[in-house]
Amino acid sequence: MSTEVQAEAGEHAAPAPRRHRTSRRTREALVGYLFLVPSLVIFGAFFFYPFGRLIWLGLHQQNRTGTATRWVGIEQYGEVLGGEEFSQGLWHSVQYLIYTVPLGLVLGLLLAVAAHRRLKGIKIFQTIFASTVASSVAVASVIFFVLINPQVGKFGRVSWLDLENPDSALFAVSLSSVWQNLGLTFIIVLAGLQAIPDEIIEASILDGFGPVRRFFRVTVPLIAPTLLFLVVVLSIFALQAFAQIDILTQGGPAGSTETLVFKIFNLQQPAKQPIGSILAVGLFGVTMIVSLGQFMILERRVHYGN
Amino acid sequence: MAIDTHAPRLDETGRHRRLRLRRRGSARWSGRPGVRARWAKNAGWYIFLTALSLLVLYPIWMTIVRAISTPLPYIDEGQPLWWVRPQWDIFWRAFTLGDMGRAFFISAIMTTVIVVAQVLTSVLAAYAFAFLEFPLKRLMFVVVIATLMLPIEVTLIANVKTIREVAWLGVDSIQSLSAPFLATAFGIFLIRQGFMGVPKDLRDAATLDGFGHMGFLWRVAVPVARPIIASFIVVSFLSAWNQYTWPRAVTETSSWNTVQIALREVSTTRVDQLNIGFAAAIVAALPILAILIIFQRHLIRGLTAGAVKG
Repeated sequence: MSTEVQAEAGEHAAPAPRRHRTSRRTREALVGYLFLVPSLVIFGAFFFYPFGRLIWLGLHQQNRTGTATRWVGIEQYGEVLGGEEFSQGLWHSVQYLIYTVPLGLVLGLLLAVAAHRRLKGIKIFQTIFASTVASSVAVASVIFFVLINPQVGKFGRVSWLDLENPDSALFAVSLSSVWQNLGLTFIIVLAGLQAIPDEIIEASILDGFGPVRRFFRVTVPLIAPTLLFLVVVLSIFALQAFAQIDILTQGGPAGSTETLVFKIFNLQQPAKQPIGSILAVGLFGVTMIVSLGQFMILERRVHYGN
Repeated sequence: MAIDTHAPRLDETGRHRRLRLRRRGSARWSGRPGVRARWAKNAGWYIFLTALSLLVLYPIWMTIVRAISTPLPYIDEGQPLWWVRPQWDIFWRAFTLGDMGRAFFISAIMTTVIVVAQVLTSVLAAYAFAFLEFPLKRLMFVVVIATLMLPIEVTLIANVKTIREVAWLGVDSIQSLSAPFLATAFGIFLIRQGFMGVPKDLRDAATLDGFGHMGFLWRVAVPVARPIIASFIVVSFLSAWNQYTWPRAVTETSSWNTVQIALREVSTTRVDQLNIGFAAAIVAALPILAILIIFQRHLIRGLTAGAVKG
């Protein structure tokens, strides 16, 4: 309180002349941009410039050493985005999303609901459930290598986890992502559950809601924004999956685990860069559509409370 | 300590509970035990929670067993749940043998560079957005948001080209491993949020005391936003240490492998030496596990930022 009074008094005591104030404003703008420059330089050099360059590369062809480029025009986009390489990669990425997001969300929700109660020692269980957050994609891949590698894995010969069968390989790989993301999903859902005011739960009990009805009619709608956030995050993770495939299958068998990012990664030789660039622009578009679409579809059904 | 509520409480199953004491901060995370000695009634929950824990931990346990066991005898025994002919020094050997020690060193330097740079660039930009007025401020904010739509997977090909073309970057260098991550929109948003919590009175008082922008930033704003900056550091460390795609793209010789990239070698190692790779995976996760346990509160605040309202 006293500082406020002092501040006011200070302003009254020394009314700044107009010229001085404008120069102060200019100075403030200068400082503002000075502070923004470090971030803007990085964003310009490693986010916007390369994106522009991808689009430019997609309009050209390159020789094998990358020393000569030739304009081929926008038709190349049509050819590549309509071609098999893109549709196959996209299909694998979408499959990966379908395998990982619903399963991961349901399991994370199960863990969070189970651990959201007042019990002695619940913190131990919460720490265990959160623990997979410590594993990177690469660590999770090695851990699943132990379980499902065809030669040395404990479950390497289980038919629906067979990494050597094109029909099951992508699903088997996806389980490593489901497991790895459990910790993050658990932490975020639990935080959502803990943010629900107790009065609402109490009121629903007074209204005669049983545990199951209460879960679907009260709890889930209340944590819907959290779940929506997770659906978006997990979908983006799925569309960016690379390390799992690089470590567990290297794209095989018969290209059945070549996701969009895996293909982009392997189209880096100068002659193939234009194709890779168009796939990357396609990935950008798909990521946008998926996250915007999820927002628009789910937003209407989400209750933000307040 | 603050009393959470005065009304009798109901838990998930609808039973009445006594008043709960809640410690500020950590209480959200830890469900505190309400009534003592409900062990019998809660036995069902304990069994269920234990079963879930075993399910979550099973893959980790199998990897530890696999790392400790001598590979071929373990497979001959039919891959049991317990180790076979254990080699207890395997974790140390995984660290010292071959490139793993060097990989840890490179990961550590890369992570430090990224975290320090991200904190500096984000604090400065967040300060500009939170406290300063300048032309095109909204546009600049949109520019920052737009970077969220351009993850490294999308820009990979063009960024690798840049790395190869610019002499002072170049593949197999700390510069190239860290360059695209020296600034991050996430950090700017998060820290800006923290700065917006600085009371206006404090600003006016600081101005009156003759603090310039730098003085106010480092002496007032940063200390006030310290919890949020700490959360950001933890998440920044986590993602820098764990990243895979970019380091894989700008590393050509194995002596420049980060830990995560070095783990890839399990897919090409001979069966009788796989235990070293498995041990390496466990060791690679340890720094993050330590952070999870020590800075749990900060990690959770960082991870849930944006996800939970209120």
